[in-house]
Amino acid sequence: MHKPLTIYGETFDSRLLIGSALYPSPQIMQQSLVASQSQIVTVSLRRQNSVEAGQDFWQLIKDTGLRVLPNTAGCHSVKEVVTLAQMCREVFDTDWIKLELIGDEYNLQPDPVALLEATDILIKDGFKVLPYCTDDLVICQRLADLGCEVLMPWGAPIGTGKGLINPYNLKTIRERLPEHTLIVDAGLGLPSHACQALELGYDAVLLNSAIAGAGCPVTMAKAFKSAVEAGRFSYEAKAMPEKEVAAPSTPTMGMPFWHQD
Amino acid sequence: MNVVFNGQQVALTDTNLQAFIESQGAVPPFAVAVNGQFVPRSQCAVTELKEGDQIELLSPIQGG
Repeated sequence: MHKPLTIYGETFDSRLLIGSALYPSPQIMQQSLVASQSQIVTVSLRRQNSVEAGQDFWQLIKDTGLRVLPNTAGCHSVKEVVTLAQMCREVFDTDWIKLELIGDEYNLQPDPVALLEATDILIKDGFKVLPYCTDDLVICQRLADLGCEVLMPWGAPIGTGKGLINPYNLKTIRERLPEHTLIVDAGLGLPSHACQALELGYDAVLLNSAIAGAGCPVTMAKAFKSAVEAGRFSYEAKAMPEKEVAAPSTPTMGMPFWHQD
Repeated sequence: MNVVFNGQQVALTDTNLQAFIESQGAVPPFAVAVNGQFVPRSQCAVTELKEGDQIELLSPIQGG
């Protein structure tokens, strides 16, 4: 039974969303995107120091044919994030926005209060908001109340590669918001982290550094693709219940003579 | 008249935003904000700049 990933009514076969930053070269970025078999890539907007470099990058992304998800990385206020989202909508011709609003420079933690305010403004302005948030159940519920169909709690702070530092919180969010599309965004380092997220019932993962920062990004992209698929299969297959005591798997009926004294 | 364009002081004679963008050699795709407010492409031709305005012109770049 194959159930696709759904993001604001659009369906995708791949459950891996991939970033376009930090690769050793544009060519390795493009090869990694292809190897990941992702269908969604994140991009951003900045002052362009080199017009040619910017156009080359954008052409590479367009050539992949992937669905683009613009982000508001680096914003620290509601005003900044709303303006950047509006600029993204015009440039990338999409009402999707990965809403990043940083509250603390040390761990790049999202500002939960400002995030709610910005989400409210953007949804009323017609955006389909994919908020990058902490793994706080109530914040996720409030974002859902505002109209977010997709929520993206962090696994760990951006770029740390620590994996899911609080699986209990993530599991609770999954249980309390069963109908929402949940994506673990940020903090993953290993394919096993992505697999774990999918095993918890998360619909997808979004990552960048774990692939771009690997010794061989293209091979790591393949590893994450496989891990996400394995995690999803595992979730759909429903794992056996964990037990506290051992239980033999080989039948005890018909045991040989040396156990019959 | 002076404005700040992508963080740099720039002197201009034509105060029209569209003319200013073109004078800076901007190549699409890009989006523009003035004093932190987004200015839709359709509004650039009817937007006049004032002394000290801060103009941001942003283009696609890698993102995570």
